[in-house]
Formats: sequence, C-alpha cells, structure tokens
Amino acid sequence: MAKHVVARTAEIPPGGRKLVTVRGREIGIFNLDGEFFALFNRCPHQGAALCSGEIVSRLESALPGDYRLSRPGEMLRCPWHCWEFDIRTGQSWCEPNSVHARTFPVTTEPLVAETVDVTIAERYVVVTL
Amino acid sequence: MTLTHGAIDCDIHPTVPSARALLPHLEPYWREHLLRRGLERESFDISAYPSGSPLTARPDWRGANGLAATNLAAIQAQLLDPFRPSAAICNVLHGAQMMMSEDLSLALCRGINNWLIAEFLDRDPRLRASITVPIHSAELAAEEVERLAGDPRFVQILLLAMAELPLGRRQMWPLYKVAEKYRLPIGIHAGSSFRHPPSAGGWGSLYLEDYVSYAQGFAGALNSLLAEGVFQKFPDLKVVLIESGVSWLPASLWRIDKTWRGVRSEVPWLAQLPTEIVRDRVRMTLQPFDSPPDRAALARVLDQIGSDDMLLYSSDYPHWQFDGMDVLPDGLPPALLPKILFDNPRATYPRLAALNPVGETTA
Repeated sequence: MAKHVVARTAEIPPGGRKLVTVRGREIGIFNLDGEFFALFNRCPHQGAALCSGEIVSRLESALPGDYRLSRPGEMLRCPWHCWEFDIRTGQSWCEPNSVHARTFPVTTEPLVAETVDVTIAERYVVVTL
Repeated sequence: MTLTHGAIDCDIHPTVPSARALLPHLEPYWREHLLRRGLERESFDISAYPSGSPLTARPDWRGANGLAATNLAAIQAQLLDPFRPSAAICNVLHGAQMMMSEDLSLALCRGINNWLIAEFLDRDPRLRASITVPIHSAELAAEEVERLAGDPRFVQILLLAMAELPLGRRQMWPLYKVAEKYRLPIGIHAGSSFRHPPSAGGWGSLYLEDYVSYAQGFAGALNSLLAEGVFQKFPDLKVVLIESGVSWLPASLWRIDKTWRGVRSEVPWLAQLPTEIVRDRVRMTLQPFDSPPDRAALARVLDQIGSDDMLLYSSDYPHWQFDGMDVLPDGLPPALLPKILFDNPRATYPRLAALNPVGETTA
C-alpha cells in the first residue's frame, strides 16, 4: 500500500469529482461537503465506468405517498443500468448485502513542494492503494 | 385412501344454473328489477368461461342441461366424496361481479353469496367460500365483505385478474383495508371483465389466445400490486392467485427484480426484491399447472419458484384440467405434497388454520 498524490483539494469542490489514474487503475475522487471518498471506476454489476454516473440523492418512502429525500448528493448512479451506490461506502442500494463498489482510503494531507526559495503549503488529495 | 384425502381444495366452482336460481336470494327491489327487465332468463356466463367451452366443465361432470356443479348433490358425488377433501373453497365465476351498474353488481353478488350459504355452506360442512364482490366498486365490495365477515365459512374475497383498472390502484384500497381487517386473503381468479382486451395488443379472434393471455393478466395484476405498494400499505394482506397456470411466475419475477434494481427510486417503498415480497405474501393454486414437458424441467420450475410455501392444492372442479382421479399434476415431489395439500392452505387462510385432516376444527 503506497500513498499517491492525486489532486489538490481545491480542484474538487464539494459536490465535485475528479477521475484519476493510479497504477493503471481509474479511480473517481468525490468531495462530499469537504470529506473525500474514492471509488474504483468499475461498476461491480457489469463493469461500466461507474464514476462517470450521475450524482444523486436517496429517494425513500415507507409507504406509497410518503416521500422523503435523504442524503442529498451522496449516491452515485451507474450510467448503464442505474444501480445506485453509496459514495461513502460503495454499498449498493438494491443489493446491499452482496454488491459493493470498491472503495479506497483517502486522506487529505499537507505536502511541501521542493523549491529553493519558496515554500508553498497546500492541501493535496492523497489516495492509498 | 387417495392422496387428496384430508386435503384443502382451494378452488372449486359451483355454477349458478340461471339468474332464476338467484331470485329467492335477492332483496325484493332487485328481484322485481330483474323480473321487469327479463334478466332472470339470462345466464350471466362470463366470457372467460363460456358454459359450452370444453375447458369450463369436464364432459362426464356435465348434467342433462349441459352445465356442471350446479347443485350440492353433483359436487358431493363428483368431488367431495371421491377426492375426500377436508374442506373445499367455492369460487363462483359469474357476470354479477362485473355489471356496468355497480348497484346491480352488488345486488347480484349478494344474491350469489346468499345462494352459496343456503344451497351449499349450510348443507355440507366441508364447504367454504370466497365472498363474491362487485369488482369495479371497492366501496360496495367492502360493504359486502362487512356484511359477511362474521361468517367463518367465508375465507377469502374473490376478484378477477383483469378489471377496469389494474388491481394495485388506490381506488381498490378500501377493499384491501377491509380484507386486512378481517384477515381475509384476496383471491385473484383468472379472467377479465373484458373492459379491455385480455392481450394488451388488442382484441384477439379466438378463445385459445384469450385463455393463454390470462397468464399475462396475472403478471400485470401482480406487477400493479407490487409497484403501487399495496404490500407495504397493507402489511397483513395476503394474495392468492387462482387458476393462474403457475409456471409463468419465475420469469416474470426475474424481469421485475431486474428492472426494479434500475428504477427503484421511482418506487422507494419497495425496499426489498419484489421476489422476496411475492414469496412472503402471494400464494398460487395448483390446477391448472402449466407443466414443462419432463420431470427434470418440472423440478427446475419448482426450484425457480423458490419457496415450498407458495402452492395450494386445488382441483379447479369442474373445469376440465384432468381426467379420472388424476387431480395432482404428474411429477410433483412426494415430499412437497403434504405442504401443498394441507399445510400451505392452512397457513394461507386464517379461518382454516385450525382445521385437521378429517375436517374437524380443533380449538
């Protein structure tokens, strides 16, 4: 497991995402209100480019006619068959026990750029895999 | 002793010989109404089961008038005595359920229920019945259920698979509410009130295509109940698909499961796979069983249905589904028979739960 710097935090605003390639693997980096999450860009159902799917909320209802929107902007909908996954956990909504999108740990860390005269401290998005 | 001795037969069809037979059982207003219009001369056969169709009655069970199962003596001689069920549920198929006038529909359904009590239920303790209701008025149907729910011999409410609206629509909910209140399963029988063609593609020319299309009618009814959230709204409601053919079910469930995964945000109340809901809440009567051509394939179909609890024994008497005493479809696994013949019906119908195989009710 090695850490890989993949983006500046400022590149991915809340609600945004960035597709990166780390060691040949495409990974989607998502910012949910300042928290960063990483998902493998491959739907566990049939292999579609999951991270290019629409970012949606959970539409919930205990009974017909009783509608509730929860977790705004925290679900990822696969572009092929519209299976929905929790961006935080990769858990599938329709098959929560058996289908998971692969996730990777993400941290944000300050890194020091190597320069002679000037030191620029910025926060970078770092993925571990 | 036959295999069916002590079984609960979940679908038999006493036949109203003519509207004239209902006259003594109608309220005075409606008796006069029928006589003024000359309706007592009508048969009110439903188009799904015309009396002359070979499927409607086994030839050796037809009486001199060409009709079968029109009186208790015939039902005793042809069904109750030879097959020896501990109980048999009467489902009357009749135009009463689908009259254009909802009031006339209720009046005739009441007449049929009264006729059932007087001619059958009061005269043979083995008989039970579904409450015949006007299928195009949930309010009036609920009223008739309220009238009869206190009689424990009525164990179910009878609908047809295809009516004016898909069965899950909210207009039907007042009936489901009362069904749940009295723990009466909703029995959905094959057939249509023919407000729409049995095939969604339009009117066919021949009985063959109509009859075969009834399986799609069941799929449509079940899809509607699932999509509209009836099973969530009425968590104690059970549904029995009567005379559906059975083996169409697995492919239909695969299709709705697959589609639900992609569009579940449209029906968020469906929080589990439709198949799981169906296995828990829906039951199917055995005859007619659209058997695959060989036993291995039959075993696969049963495996695909995926639950030993779903099938309920039925003879479908007097419909012509079998000859002689061969009421059970060939090749059913022997280990499954006690469930199909007795345990599953008892678990499905709360009012039969205490029945033992000799037809006595235990405390």
